[in-house]
Amino acid sequence: MITQAIVADKHPLDDLIRADRMPHIWCPGCGVGIIMRCYAQAILDSDIPLDKHIIISGIGCSGRVAGYMKLDSYHTTHGRAIPFATGMKLANPSLTVTVFSGDGDLAAIGGNHLIHAARRNIDLKVVCINNFNFGMTGGQVGPTTPFGGFGTTAPYGCQEQPFNLPTLLQACGANFVSRWTAVHVRQVKDDILYAFSKPGFAFIEVLAPCPIGFGKSNGIDDGLEEMEMYRERSVLIQDATLSEEEMGIDLRGDRPIYVGHFVDRDRPPFTPAKAVQA
Amino acid sequence: MTRAAVLTGKHFMHGDHACAEGALAAGCRFFAGYPITPSTEIAEHLAARLPEVEGAFIQMEDELASMAAILGASAAGARSMTATSGPGLSLMMENLGLGVMLELPTLVVDVMRGSPSTGLPTLPGQSDVMQTRWGSHGDFAVLAYSPWSPQEMFDLTILSFNMADRYRVPAVLLADEVVGHMVEKVIIPSEDQIEHIGRKKPTKPPDNSTYKSYLVEDADLVPPLPFAGEGYHIHLTGLTHDERGYPDMTAETHDRLIRRLMDKIQKNADDIIRVEGYELEDARIVVVSYGCTARSARSAVLQARAKGIPAGLLRLISIWPFPEKLIRDLAKTTDHFIVAEMNLGQIRLEVERVAHREVKGVHHAGGAMIPPKPILAAIEAVAK
Repeated sequence: MITQAIVADKHPLDDLIRADRMPHIWCPGCGVGIIMRCYAQAILDSDIPLDKHIIISGIGCSGRVAGYMKLDSYHTTHGRAIPFATGMKLANPSLTVTVFSGDGDLAAIGGNHLIHAARRNIDLKVVCINNFNFGMTGGQVGPTTPFGGFGTTAPYGCQEQPFNLPTLLQACGANFVSRWTAVHVRQVKDDILYAFSKPGFAFIEVLAPCPIGFGKSNGIDDGLEEMEMYRERSVLIQDATLSEEEMGIDLRGDRPIYVGHFVDRDRPPFTPAKAVQA
Repeated sequence: MTRAAVLTGKHFMHGDHACAEGALAAGCRFFAGYPITPSTEIAEHLAARLPEVEGAFIQMEDELASMAAILGASAAGARSMTATSGPGLSLMMENLGLGVMLELPTLVVDVMRGSPSTGLPTLPGQSDVMQTRWGSHGDFAVLAYSPWSPQEMFDLTILSFNMADRYRVPAVLLADEVVGHMVEKVIIPSEDQIEHIGRKKPTKPPDNSTYKSYLVEDADLVPPLPFAGEGYHIHLTGLTHDERGYPDMTAETHDRLIRRLMDKIQKNADDIIRVEGYELEDARIVVVSYGCTARSARSAVLQARAKGIPAGLLRLISIWPFPEKLIRDLAKTTDHFIVAEMNLGQIRLEVERVAHREVKGVHHAGGAMIPPKPILAAIEAVAK
């Protein structure tokens, strides 16, 4: 049998990735690249011109996505991607502004900005890669680390209750909130695409493996193993009627991880005040 | 009825309001801020005025967010600003550094009050001078101007926007509570009389090649800056970066970048610096002052002259970059420097550094204006 090599002149994402920045910094088994791929595909599928797609990141592994996307891209300070994006969107409302960052950046140091942007329901699309730890700095616990989870700054186990991000964002006022995992590539892409067209604050949480940072301290130091866990334990729900306790993530045992759309509503997004004509 | 962007005419105007009107006249169409005494009137005024000129006003959750938002608006092409006081300026230091590193022009108005910490919220100070110079981490340079009247709250706001755009750097308007809350005559010129220096933009349309956001081709060391959405697909990062804006974690690139960011300001200092002299021509004693304190210093100098003492005033209209050459030249031709300022010696140390001599200071930690009397006494003391 003759094997014919398939040679393509061009990868479908060539126009979207800064090839001159490869190889990327992410570890083997990391989930960030998968989710960046979903974002890139959503951009290709959208009818918004590439020039009008803007990506803004904070600091951390997920924050490096901005540097690999061939868009107008801004890599800002730790936690401040959302307010930077707020200024950009208000100064030029014709732009589609996506914030791509991690759980530590968005929910720890940037937590205040996250809740206020959701409260304002400002027209930003936020993709939050949640890998339960500060990966870039080597696996410290953060505000999403499950109670009892281990990290380099919690060698005896995390003594704090984690944020449940979808519930938090729902309470704050976001128009769209969903949670998926790095296994759910189609759903993540579809949700990002949907968020582009939906006015208001959109928050898409994606649980992702971090075998080197989080995994090594928590017995899941193989990215594939964590992906399999997500595939086996993810339970799709269609509405956010579950209790906060059920919505929380506990990686121990066989507890389900609830994924799906939790909020899809049409509160008016923030727009700057207009002068009243007398 | 909505009012025009430029309120041409003679006004009896509050300093903070004059600053806000200066911003509108300069074309500022984005304000993000957080209420803080004694700067709040700027936010309040712009909350009413920006919608009249189709601008955007947003009150943010804190000063960290305010500073980030005005940088984002700047990246989108807007002239943007915030207004704050010392405690807020401390929170803005993080993203002031981002503005320096990304080279995004914007304006921070700091109406100084008695500090440190919560200090004297309703009373004047001038003690954020060194915070402005060194408050963010690392070696960096920003621009700072210091108004001494409501008229200058208007004029220097416009100048600050122009210089920030010209040199692709954040500017700080170092006002004080006295000037911010003072009501005086303010003349607003006609729109065509207002100078506008825009940003340097790329001369070539975008193509498929990687746009070099930090490629310097001009002697002024300022690279052109496309706005978001123009199709250049730029990358800006607070990480040490090469000409493409790509992270480059090497000592060589870092040293080259930081030296350029400093040189960009230092080598263009003559264009940026503004000073005003009173009775300086034949002066042997030079009083250096700025902001509201310069009003007392001028009075003291005039009184000294009436007594036959050859005193003069050097009023610093710009604070940063520091007028080193001018101070060095004055050190050659005069006998004494006296620095009058509402802090315990922040600019005095600069004058000492540059003049290579001990400089007498007339200082007060803040809370009330320094009156002419102690400044006159200092002049008389060195004249003996």
